[in-house]
Amino acid sequence: MRKVGVFICHCGINIAGSVDVDKVAEDLKSYPGVAFATTYKYTCSDPGQQIIKDAIKEHGLDGVVVAACSPAMHETTFRRTAASAGMNPYLLECANIREQCSWVHQSDKARATDKAFYTIQSMVEKVKRNEALDPLSLPLTKKAMVIGGGIAGISAALDIADAGYPVILVEKSDHLGGKMANLSGTYLNFTGAPDLLHRRIDRVLNHPKLEVKVKAEVEQVDGYVGNFKATVRTDGQTQAFDVGAVVAATGYQSYPQSRLPEYGGGTIPDVIDGLTFEAMLAPGAKVQRPSDGKTPREVVFVQCAGSRDPEHGVPYCSKVCCMYTAKQAMLFKERVPHGQAYVFYIDIRSAGRGYDEYVQRAMTEARALYLRGKVSKIFQDGDKVIVWGSDTLSNRAVEIAADLVVLATPMAAPEGAKELAQRLHISTDADGFYNEAHPKLRPVESLTAGIFLAGAGQGPKDIPETVSQAGAAAAKVLQLFSHDEMKAEPTIAQVIPELCAACGLCVKACPYGARQIDEILEVATVNPELCQACGACAAACPNKASVVRNWTPTQILFMADVLV
Amino acid sequence: MEFSYYPGCSLHATGLEYDASTRAVFNALGVKLVEIKDWVCCGASSAHSVSADLALNLPAINIALAQEARHGDLLAPCAACFNRTKAADYALRNDPARRKSIEEAVSFTYTGDVHIRNPLDVVASDIGLDAVASKVTRSLIGLKVVSYYGCLLVRPPHLMEFDNPENPTVMNRIVEKLGADVKDWSYATDCCGGSASLPRVDIATRLVSGLAQHAREAGAEAIVTACPLCQMNLEMRQAEKPNVPIFYFTELMGLAFDLPDARSWWGKHLISTTPVLSAAGLI
Amino acid sequence: MSLFTHRFSLIGGNMIDMTLQQQVNALAHETIQLCYHCHKCTAGCPVAQDMLHGPDILLRMVQLGQKQAALTSPDIWLCAGCETCGARCPNDIDIAHVMDALRQIAVAEGVKPAVPNVKRFHDIFLTVVGLTGEMHEAGLMGAYELLSGDLFKDPSIMALAANLFVKGKVPVIPQFSKNRDRVKRVLEMTRRQGDKVTR
Repeated sequence: MRKVGVFICHCGINIAGSVDVDKVAEDLKSYPGVAFATTYKYTCSDPGQQIIKDAIKEHGLDGVVVAACSPAMHETTFRRTAASAGMNPYLLECANIREQCSWVHQSDKARATDKAFYTIQSMVEKVKRNEALDPLSLPLTKKAMVIGGGIAGISAALDIADAGYPVILVEKSDHLGGKMANLSGTYLNFTGAPDLLHRRIDRVLNHPKLEVKVKAEVEQVDGYVGNFKATVRTDGQTQAFDVGAVVAATGYQSYPQSRLPEYGGGTIPDVIDGLTFEAMLAPGAKVQRPSDGKTPREVVFVQCAGSRDPEHGVPYCSKVCCMYTAKQAMLFKERVPHGQAYVFYIDIRSAGRGYDEYVQRAMTEARALYLRGKVSKIFQDGDKVIVWGSDTLSNRAVEIAADLVVLATPMAAPEGAKELAQRLHISTDADGFYNEAHPKLRPVESLTAGIFLAGAGQGPKDIPETVSQAGAAAAKVLQLFSHDEMKAEPTIAQVIPELCAACGLCVKACPYGARQIDEILEVATVNPELCQACGACAAACPNKASVVRNWTPTQILFMADVLV
Repeated sequence: MEFSYYPGCSLHATGLEYDASTRAVFNALGVKLVEIKDWVCCGASSAHSVSADLALNLPAINIALAQEARHGDLLAPCAACFNRTKAADYALRNDPARRKSIEEAVSFTYTGDVHIRNPLDVVASDIGLDAVASKVTRSLIGLKVVSYYGCLLVRPPHLMEFDNPENPTVMNRIVEKLGADVKDWSYATDCCGGSASLPRVDIATRLVSGLAQHAREAGAEAIVTACPLCQMNLEMRQAEKPNVPIFYFTELMGLAFDLPDARSWWGKHLISTTPVLSAAGLI
Repeated sequence: MSLFTHRFSLIGGNMIDMTLQQQVNALAHETIQLCYHCHKCTAGCPVAQDMLHGPDILLRMVQLGQKQAALTSPDIWLCAGCETCGARCPNDIDIAHVMDALRQIAVAEGVKPAVPNVKRFHDIFLTVVGLTGEMHEAGLMGAYELLSGDLFKDPSIMALAANLFVKGKVPVIPQFSKNRDRVKRVLEMTRRQGDKVTR
């Protein structure tokens, strides 16, 4: 007979406020199978955990129920506690008497106490029948795939390869460097973007651990963390790679002008977007009007051309435009000294070290005239482009006849981002940017273990942030690779071969593709790497041959018996 | 210790009692004041209002005179004179181009030997509060006042370099040493509208009445100041009665030192100081 | 303040007139392009409520080259010169100096002041200084009250003048500084140098 210890937590007044924990502990002492029952103020604390450890040793416990908060909070903690006292961790279960009891029944203490009693009782019944299990060991492929050869991909790839792990870098276009390769001088000190990229690309191409595939697209990534199978198509040919981790660094694209009809909808030749103007400012290139090749004297920059516009554009702020517009105004003035730049803005977002001072330089050194107001309409008039804007600071409407207009269009997710995300089994938000696992604390992980995010693909950002994120994603990959094998939870489905008729119903029922029929042995098998212990197979099997370990039908029936 | 004394136009007219009390008090403290011979007007607000060069050239004449006189630094009790002369000195000291044009207009060569000083600062730093305390024979206990510094003593901050521009305390410390009860208030450097006193009486009245009311609310019965324009404006433009009397800090010092001359100053005030001083048992 | 009247053309084919801003910057030794219109100056100005635009909007007008509107505004004459704006500006712009510069330009270009009494006051002040080398307060006040006509509007001035006179605070006879020639010379030189103002 199992000797189960029951540890009921007060959780301060969170539980003890509605549940008479002392009474429950007292009543449970006489329950068959319970060898020890006690309460404590905060069981998750060090002294609380010590009580569990001492009891396990003193009373020779081989089963523990911690009646406290949700297992999502501390199951891992308590299982470690049990393990350190020499008890198999899978012989410990958490009974949730807080979120599902004390917190929701604060007005009825008598019944809350009753419910807590029965909840714990049912868990005791389960634990009496738990198997001692060991975590599964799964193989781990210590090779990474980086999707995207822009600054994010290049940086992440180099960080991983420099640590000694092989990397395969897949790039859709025919060159590395992404959008950064087409930029002019970068802020804050106008260093040329190609110069910054040059050495990195060189290292990538010559790195012994880096394999680069250009004009290549990822078709599919299947598998799970540590064991992905990725298929890449190059020139019509597909190739499969076994990798342990994937970094999605697919970058951004410029929002199409066609979506901005009030600004010409892309039909006015002298209305261009920021990236196009960037190319004109690159060394060796010419600043000229697309219509007639003349040098523009008066250039109007329109910030927020589509961003921060939930109604007609994208709702989010593209983050980089205030900074690059200031940069472009300064570079323009350098190239066309007699020129005049006007910048229409609604806010100036220059949050970064030295950023605000940089924008001020555009106002003082380059004498760009900053006008606060959104532009309503841009249209052609003769050989000029008329801009109708506003200056709220002087309360005047403003009209400028410009030679050239540069729209700071949104940084958008690239074409096909949502489809690619699906192929990687990760999710995107409504705008097509990859979703991170937690906005504050897990910014470079996707919700799919082993797939990491870096760069503008996860949201608009500039080069320094991209490089930071790429480094963080690489660190996560290296963290993964620092183990020799993957550990997985053992509480997965298993097949009782004597009962299995190889009917195949479980294969159809499994949403994770974790079931197969072994034709030779005529029995169903479980792929431990894919099984998520959902129990669909157990429900489907007519012979009860499929059982989720430590969640067997017997256990569930005994639990139900207590509760019903 | 001696100074080249620059009273300025107001101290010889509407600010008579400031001149008299400053001289008497400094004499009592053993500091020699040698009035600059044939000093000229500093230009006050009118010069800088209409001409950038005149604004600096006029006060520079007095710097030249002080340089020639060689009786030490230039002491200017009037806050406006102090401000304008300091502005000229700043330009002469730091801006070579303007220095050249000023020297040319005034025909002198700037040496930088003469510093521009104000009696508040001289009393607190050079003479020292202990020396002041030692001269107090009639403590001003019972007199409740607020200190009013006005604008030009403390602003522009980088130019005047005078105490804390938002919360100066030098006058408070001096007057407290005399035994008076200096109340806290938030309006010590708020403009009294002195420059509008004649051309826009309505503005001056609004600002002065506000200050008087705030002084009353702070629990004060009088305002102490160090600027003749402020003093006159605060006396002339109060809308509510009874009016709050306005002292110069040097007058209070003279009273506390029990100087015989002090009696002659009270008659010069537009708002009688008798009620407040006799209620405090000081006269 | 009127909102959105007609669209005003900043350039209409020509370059925007940045000369007013440059002129003011040179005269006041400031960099007014740095103003980001936080309105802190207006918030602390003791006479903002008496002005037409307020210091911040006035500065915007200078930035946009609206010379006529700026020089004919009453604001520049109502500025009390208290320097509170400059002391608190986050961008270290001394707006009181800008006001000075605008007045100086207005005077140099003969623009009629929107608040004539203020200009009158300064003119009388400097005339007296020119004559005596010092400021003769009685002369100033007397001349001002007469020439501005205020004397006739406010009878209490006579009582005030009498009070001051009796206390010996307004000596009728002016003091003549022996350095008044130096003052006259400075005034003359400044007039000659006065071309700088219109540059």
